[in-house]
Formats: sequence, C-alpha cells, structure tokens
Amino acid sequence: MSPGFQGRPRSSAPDLPPGQYLTEDFPVLSAGPTPRVALDTWEFVLTSETGAEHRWSWDELMRLPQDTPTVDLHCVTRWSKLGTTWQGVSLDTLFDGVDTDARYALAHSYGGYTTNLPLDDLRGGRAWVVHTYDGGPLPAEHGGPARLLVPHLYLWKSAKWVRGIRLLVDDRPGFWETAGYHDYGDPWREQRYQGD
Amino acid sequence: MTAPTAGGRVVAPLTWRVARLVERRVETATAQTLVLDVPGWPGHLPGQHVDLRLTAADGYQAARSYSLAGPAQGERIEVTVQRVTDGEVSPYLIDTYAEGDPVEVRGPVGGWFVWQTDGTEPVLLVAGGSGVVPLMAMIRARRAAGSRTPFRLIYSVRTADDVIYADELRRRARDDQGLDVAYVYTRRAPEGWRGEPHRIGLADVNSHGWPPALEPLCYVCGPTGFVETAADLLVGLGHPTRRVRTERFGPTG
Ligand SMILES: Cc1cc2nc3c(=O)[nH]c(=O)nc-3n(C[C@H](O)[C@H](O)[C@H](O)COP(=O)(O)OP(=O)(O)OC[C@H]3O[C@@H](n4cnc5c(N)ncnc54)[C@H](O)[C@@H]3O)c2cc1C
Repeated sequence: MSPGFQGRPRSSAPDLPPGQYLTEDFPVLSAGPTPRVALDTWEFVLTSETGAEHRWSWDELMRLPQDTPTVDLHCVTRWSKLGTTWQGVSLDTLFDGVDTDARYALAHSYGGYTTNLPLDDLRGGRAWVVHTYDGGPLPAEHGGPARLLVPHLYLWKSAKWVRGIRLLVDDRPGFWETAGYHDYGDPWREQRYQGD
Repeated sequence: MTAPTAGGRVVAPLTWRVARLVERRVETATAQTLVLDVPGWPGHLPGQHVDLRLTAADGYQAARSYSLAGPAQGERIEVTVQRVTDGEVSPYLIDTYAEGDPVEVRGPVGGWFVWQTDGTEPVLLVAGGSGVVPLMAMIRARRAAGSRTPFRLIYSVRTADDVIYADELRRRARDDQGLDVAYVYTRRAPEGWRGEPHRIGLADVNSHGWPPALEPLCYVCGPTGFVETAADLLVGLGHPTRRVRTERFGPTG
C-alpha cells in the first residue's frame, strides 16, 4: 500500500484498541487555555432533568468514599497510556439518591467545555470524578483540580476541569461532538468521528 | 443521499480516500510540504487537519494528524511535515514517500480551531515551530478571500533557518495589507535583530499582539509546552478564555 513503509510496530505493544500506539508520557490536548480553579470556590453540581440540583463543595467531595482505579487511557489522537492510577469518587456514589429517568448526560467544565455520554456509561463502576493522579494532586493541564474519568471511552469524554453533569432526556452533542467527533467514542470500535 | 444526523447536524461519514503525492517542496532542513492529489476532496476551512494513514506490506498501519497548510485548490491539498527524530511516520513522509505513491487521507477534521474568511474581528496568530502550519492556512485563506481583517502573527522559532514558509511570509508581510509578522528566536537571533534569544514571554505577546479591548480572536498552535505558555500569557493579559483557541501538536512540550 505505502511503498517502503515498514512502520515501527512497538514490539511489546499489548492488546491496544485499533489504531492506537503506546506512549509513556502524558500528552495534553484541549481546545483552549488551561483554567485555574481555586478549591474554595470549586463545586460539582449534578442537575437532574427536572432541574433538581445536588451540589458538592471540595471538602464534601473529599469526605465521600474514595476509589483508587487503575485504568488504561485511549486518546482519539491515537496515543494510549496504560495502567494509570487515580483517586476519586465513583459516579455511583454521586448518583446515589438522585432520582432520574434521564438516559443521557452532558458533562460541563470550568472554561465552558461540554461532552455528552449515555447515563448508563457513567454508572456501574465505570466512571469517576478524580482529583489525584499518580499519587499527587491532579495538575491543572490534565484537568485539575478534578476531572471526569470514563476510561472505556476516548479521553475527550473524560471532561477536564469538570464542574457538573446535567441529565437529559434527549441526547445533545457537546463541544468536540459538534465539531465532528463521534457521539459515543468507543476506542475498541474506533468511533473517532461522526459516522464511524 | 442521506447523511447521519447528530443533534440536528447533517454530517457525512469521513471516509479514507487514496491520495497521491504530486509535488514536494523543501521548506527548511527538517520540514517539507507535500502536495497531494485527493480525488473527491470536499474542501475545508483554514485550521482543519487531515489524518494520513500508511500501510506496510504486512498490513500494519500507522496514522497521524497533519494540519492543512492552505486552502484546497480543487482536489489538491497541502500539508507540511516537520521531522520528528526517531518518529515513525514523519521520517517516512520526508525521506521515503515518493511522487505518485499512495497515502490514505481522511478529513477534513476539526471545527473549532478554524478561521472563517468572513470574520472581521482582529486575529492574533501565535505559532511555535511547525505550529505555524494551520496559521499559515489562515493567512493564505485571508489573502485568497481578499479579506482586510487585521492579522498579526507571532512566530517562535529556534533560529532564522527554522522559519517555515520564510520567503512567502516576507512577501506577504510586505504585500498583504494589514498583516504583521513578528519573530521570537529561542536559540540564535539573526544579525540585526534586536534582543537576545529567549522563549516567548509577556513582552512579546504584549508588543506584537492585540490589546484585549479590541476583542481579537487568538489562535495558538505548537508543541504542548509552548501552547500552555502562550495561552496562559494571553489569558493573563485579559483575553477571555473563550477567545483563545489552541491546537497542541505532539505529546510533550
Ligand atoms: C491536530 C494535529 C495537527 C498536527 N499537524 C501537524 C503538522 O501540520 N505538521 C507536523 O509536522 N506535525 C503535525 N502534528 C503532529 C503529527 O501528528 C505527528 O505527531 C508527528 O508528525 C510525529 O509523528 P511520528 O510518527 O513521526 O512520531 P512518533 O513515532 O509518533 O513519535 C516519536 C517520538 O517523538 C515524540 N513526538 C511525537 N510527535 C512529536 C512532535 N510533534 N514534536 C515533538 N516530539 C514528538 C513522541 O513522543 C515519541 O517519543 C499534528 C498533530 C495534531 C494532533
């Protein structure tokens, strides 16, 4: 196909999703400048489809039961990073006591970024609001003080600088989705762009 | 033909198209422009990129993103590739990929880091290294559209020899009304340039950018560390974060 191209398949490459390559460092990809959010003004708000709000301050989030997931990350720009360690609160904990019939969620961030996900993908032990990466506070360029972590989807779904989640009856595309990226973003099915 | 809709948008699936190299231009010792013929190319906006995919004889594939360097000319597109030492794809594109050879292309991709040619707000472009590519696409599209929108480019390079599109930038800064170009040299400044080599700082952005009161659109592109620094400087000067758009090339800064 490409004469003379041999590629450099990483010999030790384990079972990566199609089209991904392994990286050791932690690349940064975002649409604008890095927001800096002070912890004493930080809050996380879950808003149900009826408008009912559930709010957590930083201290309140820290007092919730904490998980320490170790997960693989897959970025749509084709790097994958394996075995990353985090600490944060499972979305199951945050949804506990939230009464909803909604099927979709729109995560939104300090800085205005949004991304959409089916609500089911945020529950069942598959998603977290994380504040600690590799044993230390999550650096701002990686979404600190807190970001969403939904490792089974491409990383743009793991909204950095997360500020809240709005529950929706109808799906609504977020920032990158409106710019042509896939609504769901399953790395194993290579759902990179709309129509994949 | 019906296209899938998502949230009211009508979008056509992005297909891989087989493109062929028709021309190659040497830009610097480490960067080359590839002119590709892409049958069926739908056109694009300045700032968008393509994915290029290579396939080895044994079926192994590697794909990378490259910004489109200028407006499409019919079914011709251009990308400018900067060699990453020990990289997998960029050395192939520069050293081995030959005229007439196929490469798969998918795009255009990206809808945020783009400039609309009917835009009238002043534009600030801040480039680090090969980050100049999508910004040059905006400069070329401005010219092609006969736009008078005021443009300023701040271009950070190691040395004068590393300036991609050097001749054209010199010509355009002279002929394209309302386009200013300023350089920041990080390793060695050319003869006659005032100041010491340095990394981009507040003074550069302040003297060569636009004041926030003029409400410019700012586009910053380059390696991650460069983009972080430049975007932070702009926000620090008072530019609203929503008006500072960034594109980060490459994993680390
Ligand atoms: C939206 C977008 C647009 C882009 N546009 C352009 C463009 O117009 N021109 C262009 O030349 N590149 C562009 N890039 C970068 C390009 O996609 C590749 O990453 C680059 O060509 C290196 O690929 P490689 O296979 O040669 O190196 P790889 O084999 O992927 O990497 C080899 C080593 O180099 C490091 N590395 C990878 N990329 C870079 C980099 N850019 N700078 C420094 N170190 C790096 C890796 O961490 C690794 O250690 C763009 C990237 C994105 C995401």
